[in-house]
Formats: sequence, structure tokens, C-alpha cells
Amino acid sequence: MSTLSPKIDFLRQADVVGRLSAILPDDALLYRSEDTRPYECDGLSAYRQLPMVVALPRDEAEVQAVLKVCHELRVPVVARGAGTGLSGGALPMGDGVLLSLARMKRILSLDPLSRTARVQPGVRNAAISEAAAAYGLYYAPDPSSQIACTIGGNVAENSGGVHCLKYGLTVNNVLRVRGFTAEGEAVEFGSEALDGAGLDLLAIVIGSEGMLAVTTEVTVKLTPVPEIARCVMASFDDVEKAGNAVASVIAAGIIPAGLEMMDKPATQAVEQFVHAGYDLDAAAILLCESDGTPAEVEEEVGRMRAVLEAAGATAIRVSNSEAERMKFWAGRKAAFPAVGRISPDYYCMDGTIPRKRLGEILRFIAAMEIKYGLRCPNVFHAGDGNLHPLILFDANIPDELERTEAFAAEVLEKCIAVGGTITGEHGVGIEKINQMCVQFSPEELALFRELKLAFDPDGRLNPSKNIPTLHRCAEYGRMHVKGGVLPYADLPRF
Amino acid sequence: MSHLEQQFAETVRDAVSARRTLRIRGSGSKDFYGQPWAQDAAVLDAGSHHGVVDYEPTELVVTVRGGTPLAELEALLHDNGQMLAFEPPHFGPATTVGGMVAAGLSGPRRATAGAVRDYVLGARLLDGRGAALSFGGRVMKNVAGYDVSRALAGSLGTLGLILEVSLKTQPRPVAEATLRFEFPEARAIEELNRWGGKPLPLSGSAWADGELFVRLSGAQAAVLSASEKMGGEKMNDGEARVLWQSLREQTHEFFAVAAKDGLPLWRMSVPSIAPIDVLHSAMAGNTLLEWGGALRWFASASAPARVREAAHKAGGHATLFRGTDDLRQSIGAFHPLQPAIAAIHRKLKTAFDPHGVFNPGRLYPEI
Repeated sequence: MSTLSPKIDFLRQADVVGRLSAILPDDALLYRSEDTRPYECDGLSAYRQLPMVVALPRDEAEVQAVLKVCHELRVPVVARGAGTGLSGGALPMGDGVLLSLARMKRILSLDPLSRTARVQPGVRNAAISEAAAAYGLYYAPDPSSQIACTIGGNVAENSGGVHCLKYGLTVNNVLRVRGFTAEGEAVEFGSEALDGAGLDLLAIVIGSEGMLAVTTEVTVKLTPVPEIARCVMASFDDVEKAGNAVASVIAAGIIPAGLEMMDKPATQAVEQFVHAGYDLDAAAILLCESDGTPAEVEEEVGRMRAVLEAAGATAIRVSNSEAERMKFWAGRKAAFPAVGRISPDYYCMDGTIPRKRLGEILRFIAAMEIKYGLRCPNVFHAGDGNLHPLILFDANIPDELERTEAFAAEVLEKCIAVGGTITGEHGVGIEKINQMCVQFSPEELALFRELKLAFDPDGRLNPSKNIPTLHRCAEYGRMHVKGGVLPYADLPRF
Repeated sequence: MSHLEQQFAETVRDAVSARRTLRIRGSGSKDFYGQPWAQDAAVLDAGSHHGVVDYEPTELVVTVRGGTPLAELEALLHDNGQMLAFEPPHFGPATTVGGMVAAGLSGPRRATAGAVRDYVLGARLLDGRGAALSFGGRVMKNVAGYDVSRALAGSLGTLGLILEVSLKTQPRPVAEATLRFEFPEARAIEELNRWGGKPLPLSGSAWADGELFVRLSGAQAAVLSASEKMGGEKMNDGEARVLWQSLREQTHEFFAVAAKDGLPLWRMSVPSIAPIDVLHSAMAGNTLLEWGGALRWFASASAPARVREAAHKAGGHATLFRGTDDLRQSIGAFHPLQPAIAAIHRKLKTAFDPHGVFNPGRLYPEI
């Protein structure tokens, strides 16, 4: 599973290094395996591949020069930020250049009056909010990895976070992306204004997993920090009741700043780790946040409390200080590392479903736990319908990873079956590429490929990720069949 | 595919084989917008394909067919305490949801709530080969595949016929208030940007002829405390509603006078802090400002090249929003594209519509 591209061809490597060394300083070019090892995987460590060369440009001119050389030599390029991605989107290629943007980490400008910041791609998500804090502003999307992940990576993945129901995803908070095509031509998507001329290419580029262009500069919108925020924590004796409570909150016309759910196995794992004071007897807990002016928050918390009580909450606590609110959230934000402490390995899923199908999905996951003999705690961006079931396994036990992947594949396909999607925020990358064959028809996949070629005619940026070939789908055996007729029936299927 | 969808697909395939082009039209409410229609294109009546496919208020998602009247959708959402947060203009009684997405225009709430594209979650599209393709979905978060459905907003039908669209809905605010201030233009822009950086429940702004109007929406307590902080004079609710409606539908006096005088109407999308002298030096005539300073309307007969240059200098772009067919044809309704971006546009057009069947030349002459 770990080898996706050929072994490194040392003659080819010498050739590429020779050409790149003319444009990059020595310390910006890595090719010995002891130096390239740290780049062999991203946050999805089940997939590993040493890159042929790692390039670490410091500015746009160097990025452009590297791309031009790669174009000339026909070398594929995989861009990488902090490498925190969870779907293998930054998995290198053995015959390619891994283009790390980590050294481009300057905030170029921050204008409190227009509430925008112009930043380089290697700037960490949280660093933008830290810089903006002095002006009472912040960058709203807050993926759990925000202390490490970069804005360039956020653009590639269209990252969300626990507050995106109210404040939106990356696509809703970025005005402009500057970068280069695979051929090394400078391009700008969007503008410093609220919209740009022509087709909304910015919307396509955000979330394109580094397959359309290399991002070298991002203009983000900054949001005023709410005066206060308070978090309501509600316990439920039944997971479906908790799911229905989420619908009741929305039905009452409330859009919480955050709305998260954890099931009992998840709260138990987390509680040992952070001591957040979670109700360990509850089958599920909901975290429901309100932000705004003090009077507004008081009004809203009152309404939330009434709705949650009516929905059958067995206990309700409201944070009374910022410290207590952070403690409520600490458990949720630490869910992944907490699970990492109770199991040698875990596998995180990212399906999104219509919220009303939550009960059905949770019952399905429980059945899969029995079928595959593996445990699976659930954390859930309940407001967005985005599930993160975490399958616990031990990679040292023969066939546990295989069972885990089969478990995950079944759950993702179930997400599609109930009208959802295989990935809400982690991306397809290499991990979910087979499920793309289930979610999309061959015609849709063909269009995606043509779309890629409109930006990258030679298919050189992050190839073999995200969009499967029909050949691959045929091998996977889950070709999307519409109306009982296999499209392109005359196509060879191997 | 439904029977009607199959008929559409047949129409497309027939057009391909006869080398004809098609003009996708909902109700024709935005015929004035964009590049003039190709004379020889046959009309494809998208308005016949209407109806709500799925609406679950607690999911905050509605899915409708492209030809559904926008007024019908808004009435349905209203009955359920919800709305389309981007306040799209209708520009006509029968305007369709497909047309709303294709035009990609948003109203007064846009600066704070987001635009059409921010609320598009998914779409089914009939491409230029007559194939029905689905992108995105009916869920809040979805990063599988390229986000094609959002890019349909503002595509003016050049990529295909919108069969269905799924939109994110929003609860209607509990309370609303409009404040009126007397400020010159530069001061209005400065105040709007200053307020924009504070946690205030802003939901609309407009300045014209020395008067600045700011709308607040949200919880009762938030609207009340913001009104106190900001000052100004509180408008009567009825008058305020008329005002925001007149801005949304461009029936406001500013637009009426421009139309009466036969002046071209320019839409300048610029950074909210763009200084007024850069724009005013390029064009004579009246101004109306919206979106916290990020949208500036000019009724002006100034030379188009100067207008575009000024918009570019200010960091934005200029659309000839209303003008004669001849003028839009000769100078282009939309701001010219960077060559590399124009090349991507042409290739994208080919990917979706390889035979150039749909709305040729509507967005730019070559696509």
C-alpha cells in the first residue's frame, strides 16, 4: 500500500538536483534519504513514500524557478505545508519533487481597518489570529490542528473547524490566492475586493488539494472577536436523543457558534486525558456555544438551555468563566490525541451526513464494530453533520489495518447512501480515492480530470490524488452505476 | 433524469449536431446584465423546470429545480422562519433560482453574510454534451472533488444548465434596526470600516448624497446595544424596509435618476477602504456606496478605459452593469482578465461545453 510511485531513479535524481541547485541554496535542497525521511508522509502515516527531491524555496521567485525547471524536466510536484493533513494529500512521489512552502512564513501585511491580512502560505493558521488579536480581530476557521497547520494547507483542503456552522470554512474567509501554475506562470484567483471578475476560480482552487496551482500568497478576511462566549454542556442518556436535540436547536432559529457531540467511549477517553469534568454516565454529550455581546449571549444561552431541556437533556452545565469554557472545549479539541493514548493506532473518518440520519449511521457503526471486532468512539461536528468516528486498531497485529480500512470504507459508503459525502473537511488525498468512484459517476470524474487539465495541462501537480482514473475505479469494483447501465460499457476494464 | 430533463438533454444534443447555440433563459429578468445575447441563439426555456425537491428546515438546506421562481422559494423559507441570507435581487416578478445562481448577484447583506456562492452547497448541471452531472451535495461540509457548484454562481449559464441547486438557508433575525447618519462620503467609508472591525451585528449599509444608512440584525439585545453604541437617528421600521428593498432591487432614486438620464451604470467592486479620490478622479457623476464601502456604483459617462483603470488601481474591478447593448458589446460588460486566467476560462468552458452550445459570449466574447 505504501508504494505508489517507482523507486528513486538515482540518475534522474542527480539530473534534477543539478538543475535545482543552480536556483536554490544548498540548505534548500534535500535528496539524501536521511534528509528526506521527515517528508515521507503527512498526518496519514499509513502511507509513506520517500520523495526524489525536497525543495524548500524562501520566496515566490524561487517557487517559480523550481516549477519552471520541473516543467521542463517533466517532474511531478507535490506541494506541502506543515504536513498535518489527514488524507495523504501531501504524500510525496518517488519520481517527484516535494515542494515545501514551510519557509515562506511571513505575514506580509495586516490591515485592521479593512480587516484583511496578506500572508505567505507557510504561516500557521493560529499565527494569523495571534497577530490580529491586538486589533480585536481573528481568522475564523479553526481546524483542530490550528497551532501547526498552515494557511496554504488550509486553502488546499478548504479546512473547517468547530466554529464553521456560524463563521464558515476557508472558502468563505479567503478573498484572494496568488500562486503559480505548473508551468510557472503567475496567477491570481479572487481579488482584494469581495469578488473578482469572471468565473469564480477561487472557489474551485480552494479545496483542490494542490492539484491546480501552487499557492504562494493568501489574503484572508479577519473577523471581530466576539465580546464574550459561553458554552452549554448537555448530557443525554441516548445518542439519538442528542442528535434530535441538535435539530431542535436549529429549528428554534439558533445558529450556535459551535455545536459538537461526543459519544460515551469518546468522553471516557478524553476525560482521563484532560479532566474536563465531562459527564461519564451520559451516552452522549453536546457542547453548544453562544457568542456575541453579554446581553445577547445571556438571551441565547437561556433559549439553548430551554431547547436542550425540552429535548430530554439529563444534565446541563453552562460555563461561568473563560477558563471553564476553554476546559469544556479542551476535551473536544484533544479528542484525537486522547484516543491516541488508549490505542496504539487509530483511524479517523470524515464523512458528512444530513443530521437527521445520525441515529441510523451510529447504529451502522455499532454493527461494524461487531463485524470487524474493532472499537470506534465518535466525535461529531454535530451542527455541520460532519462525523469523525475513530477506529481503534493496532498496526502490529496482522490484518488489523486491513480490517480497519474495510470498516472505514463501509462507513464512508454508508454516508454516501444516506445522502452525504465521504469527506467533510479532511480531503480525499490518497486515502479516500477509491470511495470517489462510489460518490461520483464516470462522467463526473471525467469532468474533474478535464478541469484539472484546464489548470495543469500536463497533469504535473499532485497527480494520482483526489480524482481516480476509471481504470482504478474498475479495479476497485465499485463503479457508480446509474440506472442499472454501466456507462462507457465498451471501455476496456482490465 | 426526469422527462423534462431528458427533453433538455435532447435539445442540447440537437443543437450540437446542428451546430446551433442555445440561450438559457429563466424569466429574462437579467437580460440587461452581461454581454448581449448572440442573435442567432435559440431560447432554452429553463423556467419550465420548477419545484422544490427537498426542504428540511432543521438541516438548513433547501434543494430546488433551477426554474423555481425565487419569490416562491423565499415565501417557503419565510413561512419556516428562514431566509436566503445573501438577499439576492429579483429584478423582475418571475425571476428564477437558476437565474439567481447564474447571475451570482447578492444584496445588501452580502458584506457580512456572504454572497450567493457562499450558500451554494451543491448542484446538478446539464453539460454541453447533454449529460447530467452532480457536484457538491446537500450537506454543510463537503470537500470531495473540486467545488464546481460554487463556481456556477456568476457563470451566466456558460458552463451548463442548472437543473437543481442546494442552498444553505439561515434563520431570519429576531430584531432589526436601521440607523441614519449625515456624513460626507470619505467619513462614511471610514466609519463603516471602523464599525466593521467591531463585534456589531451589521447587516447592511448604504451611502448616497450625504446620508449614510446602517442596518443591524440579530438578537434583540445585540441590536439594542449596538444602536446605543453607534448613535445616529433610528429610522421608522416601515421606511427602513422600503429603503433596503429599493437598494436590493435598484429602484432607489440613485438608480432611477441614472436610468432616466440614460447614463451607463458602473459597478465597482473594490477593497472597502479604497480612497474616494482614486475613483472620483476617473469618473464624473453620482455615486452610491454599499457593502461597507466595498461596492461603489457610479452613474457616469466617463471613458470606460479610465473607469477600468481606476478600479484596477484601487485593487478591484469594474462591471458595466447597465448600458446599451452597443456599449456592452464594444467595451465588454466585465473587467478584462489576466491572460493566464483567461486561458483557464477558455479551457474550463471547453471541459463543460466542448461545442460552445451554451450562452456563447455572454460572459466574455471567447467563452
